[in-house]
Amino acid sequence: MHNDNSTLRDLLRQCKTIAVVGLSAEWHRPSFFAAKYMQSHGYKIIPVNPRYAATGQQILGEKVYASLLDITQPVDMVDVFRRTEDVLPLADEAIRIGVKCLWQQLGVQNFEADQLVRLAGLASVYNRCVKIEHARLFGGLNWVGVNTGVISARRPH
Amino acid sequence: MSERQFKPETLAIHAGQIPDAATGARALPIYQTTSFVFDSAEHAASLFNLQTFGNVYSRLSNPTVAAFEERVAALEGGRAAVASASGMAAETMALMTMLQTGDHVVAAGTLYGGSVTMLAVSLAKFGIQTTFVDAARPEAFAAAMQPNTRAVFAESLGNPSLQVLDIAAVAEVAHAHGVPLVIDNTVPSPFLCNPLSLGADLVVHSATKYLAGHGTTLGGVLVESGRFPWDNGKFPGMTQPSPGYHGVKFYETFGDFAFTMRCRMESLRVFGATLSPMSAWQILQGVETLPLRMERHCSNALGVARFLQADPRVAWVNYPGLPDHPQHALLMRQMRGASGLLAFGLKGGLEAGIRFIESAQFMSHLVNIGDTRTLISHPASTTHRQLDAQQQVAAGVGPDMIRISVGLEHLDDILWDIDQALTIANRS
Repeated sequence: MHNDNSTLRDLLRQCKTIAVVGLSAEWHRPSFFAAKYMQSHGYKIIPVNPRYAATGQQILGEKVYASLLDITQPVDMVDVFRRTEDVLPLADEAIRIGVKCLWQQLGVQNFEADQLVRLAGLASVYNRCVKIEHARLFGGLNWVGVNTGVISARRPH
Repeated sequence: MSERQFKPETLAIHAGQIPDAATGARALPIYQTTSFVFDSAEHAASLFNLQTFGNVYSRLSNPTVAAFEERVAALEGGRAAVASASGMAAETMALMTMLQTGDHVVAAGTLYGGSVTMLAVSLAKFGIQTTFVDAARPEAFAAAMQPNTRAVFAESLGNPSLQVLDIAAVAEVAHAHGVPLVIDNTVPSPFLCNPLSLGADLVVHSATKYLAGHGTTLGGVLVESGRFPWDNGKFPGMTQPSPGYHGVKFYETFGDFAFTMRCRMESLRVFGATLSPMSAWQILQGVETLPLRMERHCSNALGVARFLQADPRVAWVNYPGLPDHPQHALLMRQMRGASGLLAFGLKGGLEAGIRFIESAQFMSHLVNIGDTRTLISHPASTTHRQLDAQQQVAAGVGPDMIRISVGLEHLDDILWDIDQALTIANRS
């Protein structure tokens, strides 16, 4: 299902703590780009990646968890940088830890996971980048000539 | 709830510009500044790494120019756009971003003279070869495809041949070979034709023409559809770490606007053919009235075409807006109208044509198109002068051709000026 601008805007306003599954510590990876951008726009990032959790390495100054189920604080959104076929178990975990939204990144679209979380009353977004959508709706993306689809006579805020 | 699909008349006024965040200014502010301050060293690093969006230096991006870029992207139904200092700059950047030495282009033979020179001379210097084909036959494009072909390039409506391209058919040929179709959509403007909706992958414009519309300002723009699969193995520059921008993988990082990002960060940044904020603002003043102007350009041009067709002093008229034009049905399938551009020849041939041009009272003898003013020219001795006779014929430019870019004056007055100039041309 396609999410309209006002639904996405509300989601990005409400979900201030984001667990980023598959977050890389390498600066040039898209997951790092997105998480860094969201962090600098006031979001709390919780990295989830077993590769780094084992070594105790931090990403963006945050403790890395091996699994969503290990996280000890409330999470609003699960943002998935994994292959489409790996998303379904993450959707199940997202429901179990009580998040508001499952967000599958650009190129990730597991429709079963989408169905599952929607039936559980969660919001669901797939095949979109959380950073790009934030910049599209709250400003920034327009500076690189992207068609944001925003038509309005109100000041951005 | 689905998003409202706004119509072009609305997009032409609103897309890309909401009231200024800092001041609430309703009209577009002109950000006449070369540079933008960083909040901190960390902010600067994030901007240079493209990890956050923002302005650094106006050669790369500028808020006034960005409003123009987004507006044309919206009017074309595209994902993103990059502006440039002229239409030729947009075209050059589109091809230079996509191609490298050893690549091959299949292009319509009926291109604007400057485009022919760019392909046949300038790009050839860098080892990029072009095969020119008969744009009337999609199968001619298919026959010219080679294993190293990386782009197909054509005009939606040829200038000045007025050749109508079967965009969907040529897109199919390009896509069967895994390469993008690049369309120069200058003559119809995005109001009359949206090539991306017919299967094209990139559109370039000389914004100097109908987009700006008043003969005052040079500019160009390139729009991407966001639908071309750049990871098909033929475009390593889109998927591999960029040596031109510290290892960024553009397609992986920016997805459906990766091409314009790469064009901005690799080509615009390096070649520097940037549109100035002042020019972007002036062009946008024109864009706001594009739909209104195009309707009148089309109706005036149809009136001129009918007048010329009925005039015994005229040998031939080429205007695909005429119902008996062989490409009229194709035109109507792809476009809202045939633009203000038309071509004709006089029974008195080249000499009568020259006298006609020199006898006009308010029709201006110059080599622009898409002005409010009616413009007349003789392509064989001006815009297409650099081509040899064979190339001129391939481009659809006969020695007797007169090109008119029909303006927005009253149709009766335009017909009056044509008639009196024909009378003088015929007298001697």
